[in-house]
Amino acid sequence: MRARAGRKAGAAGVLALALMASGCAVGTGGASGEHVDYSHDRALHGELSIMGFSGVDEIATTRMDDAKKGLKGVTVKAAEGDFDLQQFLSAVAAGKPPSLIYVSRNQIGSLAARGAILPLDQCIDGEQIPKGDFIPSALAQVSLDGHVYGIPEFDSVQIVMANRTLLDKSGTKLSDVNGSDWDAMSKAATALSAHSGSGLSVIGVDSKLPEFLPLWAKANGADLISADGRKAQLDGPKVVEALTWAASIYKDQGGFGAVKAFRDSADFFGAGNQFATGTLGAMPMEQWYVNVLNDVSPDAPMAFDTVHARGGGPIAFASGSAWAIPAKSANPEAACRFARIMTSTQAWMDAAQARADARAKDGKPFTGVLTGNRAADEKIKPMTAGAAAPWSSAIAAMYTADQHTFSLPANPADAEFTAAMNDAVNAVLNGQKSPKDALAAAQKQAQQALDKGWAALERKK
Amino acid sequence: MTAAGAAVVASRRPGRRRMHRRESAAAFLFLSPWLIGFCVFTAWPLLYSAILSFTDYDVIQDPSFIGGENYAQLVSDPKVLTSLGNTLAYTALMVPLHVIAALGLALLLSRAGRAAGVFRTAFFLPKMTPPVAVGVLFLLLFNGQKGVVNGVLSWFGIPGPAWTTDPAWVKPGLVLMSLWSVAASVVILLAALQAVPREVLDAAAVDGAGFWRRTFGVVVPMISPALFFVIVVSTIAGLQTFDEAYAAFFGAGNTTYGNDAALFYVIYLFQQAFQFLHMGYASAMAWLLFVLIMAVTIVQVVLSRRLVHYEGRESW
Repeated sequence: MRARAGRKAGAAGVLALALMASGCAVGTGGASGEHVDYSHDRALHGELSIMGFSGVDEIATTRMDDAKKGLKGVTVKAAEGDFDLQQFLSAVAAGKPPSLIYVSRNQIGSLAARGAILPLDQCIDGEQIPKGDFIPSALAQVSLDGHVYGIPEFDSVQIVMANRTLLDKSGTKLSDVNGSDWDAMSKAATALSAHSGSGLSVIGVDSKLPEFLPLWAKANGADLISADGRKAQLDGPKVVEALTWAASIYKDQGGFGAVKAFRDSADFFGAGNQFATGTLGAMPMEQWYVNVLNDVSPDAPMAFDTVHARGGGPIAFASGSAWAIPAKSANPEAACRFARIMTSTQAWMDAAQARADARAKDGKPFTGVLTGNRAADEKIKPMTAGAAAPWSSAIAAMYTADQHTFSLPANPADAEFTAAMNDAVNAVLNGQKSPKDALAAAQKQAQQALDKGWAALERKK
Repeated sequence: MTAAGAAVVASRRPGRRRMHRRESAAAFLFLSPWLIGFCVFTAWPLLYSAILSFTDYDVIQDPSFIGGENYAQLVSDPKVLTSLGNTLAYTALMVPLHVIAALGLALLLSRAGRAAGVFRTAFFLPKMTPPVAVGVLFLLLFNGQKGVVNGVLSWFGIPGPAWTTDPAWVKPGLVLMSLWSVAASVVILLAALQAVPREVLDAAAVDGAGFWRRTFGVVVPMISPALFFVIVVSTIAGLQTFDEAYAAFFGAGNTTYGNDAALFYVIYLFQQAFQFLHMGYASAMAWLLFVLIMAVTIVQVVLSRRLVHYEGRESW
């Protein structure tokens, strides 16, 4: 009798705990901020907490100063460090999200689909943010289901960086390694590479897989995902062809393992970098690396060009950051205004001038900054005029590339999509699967994730 | 007992009961910080994750009950199988090597005499290195082209493998690197070795037992409880391995090349939870790991009844 009563009490206890648990397991998302007054002339006050914006260099601090001036009456508090999804989720779960977040643009779709961030259409209208100034590919990356969820800033684009001495020695032209002719690039990879007794001693061409598969696929005329972000297109024949070719670049030089191990052993950010030591012929790389090279090895024998589509003109796979306002932000009005000022043409001009002054003080050229804001870029570009060759050619290539960008459109399952894509490329690089099989598996995995993500988004509506 | 005696005992009982109650209350009072901590930080999250494992939950939206869907997905997800296989292979390689290395070092240290303290400190220092740093160090030391390990192997004419990029060598490399943190086990085994009575070893020597006979016939059985502890703890650590492999192959410095050969179960669990925000699925994965660890530990405990010698117990 007593045992039965004990069992009943135990069961009741577990049930009570389960109910408590389900009661506590409440998400904290959901739309809010529908009736926020974003008028650009409205006086604001309160506190603005920002997550993900470190603000350490003059490009950041100058714009931050501008934003603070434009937000008189608001106390701006920026937590140090890059955006940390776990930290953000913890804050969201605790019901105290930051007022504003600074994230990579490729995270916007997933956060938006989950209702973690607000659509910014009203913010853009109210604060009169000139949407047309933003680079279309940047805007596409922060737009989901017809709404803009982020204010983009910065644009990272690839340009071809090559070692002029190695090119000349092997009789290779810069155009042979810019991607316009894949056969020529394959031949150049072999011609530029060198082996010693211990293995690879010079990497001829690094096609930078797996991260640049979208670039080579687009260069071959294929998009990895449909423009509306709903359909994965990883298994298309042009994508298979692009992966087959980009992976073969490594095969011809002794395999990806050898190239990767050699690449990993390099002093990437130091004076002993691959270009300065003559251990890399050419690779596509984001433009920020030009600054690194110019800083640590100004005398490196560099040559620069834009990456070209196969048989076509310049092309670049763009990425960058964005400002987004979390659902249940304590101060969405201030967050919107802050984002507007930080990405304004004037703030970028001020920041660029501060950078140019700092570089001039150190006797170094100003290599420009890609802001994600076309109007700002056009005004900043003339400030780079003082740079000498070969760095001037890097700057020219960078600005040209920025005119020909594409991006992976926002979607609700970007992390899964990218993981599926990278897994496929890694399986090919490791020799575990053929490009066709690997991409077919990735297609299935990516489409499942996209379907699930979009279905969740539809349910929320 | 006389009636008077019985009356005295009866009159004392309430007093004893009061005393007992007071002592229990005091005990619970002293235990309460731990009990509260256990309930809040262990029992509750455990129960909560069990509930979440039956839901679709991304932290941001409310969890929705989906029954056993997450558990069904565990069976059909090929990456679960891959990561489990990797984890089991790593553990199977790591535990024996870890125990042998720890025992060897402890035996050496036990003979180091006065210098034992210095060596003990020296051996323990690597344990102080953060696991993330060990992961990065792994990439440097085991680099197939310019790594120190292959450099040393080349002195003997052995062409070293591509430890960090060849899927066949990634796990053996990580196992070797795990020896970096063998110090904790060394300290435990050293303490056990120092507790072996000198006279037992002397008696064995008088009976003609050589070094190896004394080691495996006397010392190892006498330190078997400590060895068992090290084996159990190392196995659990192996099954939960995360830090070093994540830093080396999946962390910020290596985001573009996540090698499937290093995709351990907890890494995949972490990805599901914090990159893909599938908290419900990750909770189901956590429970599968819990059951697995529990099963392995039970097998070890059962086997230990035959192999581990506890002082005061008659059978081994």
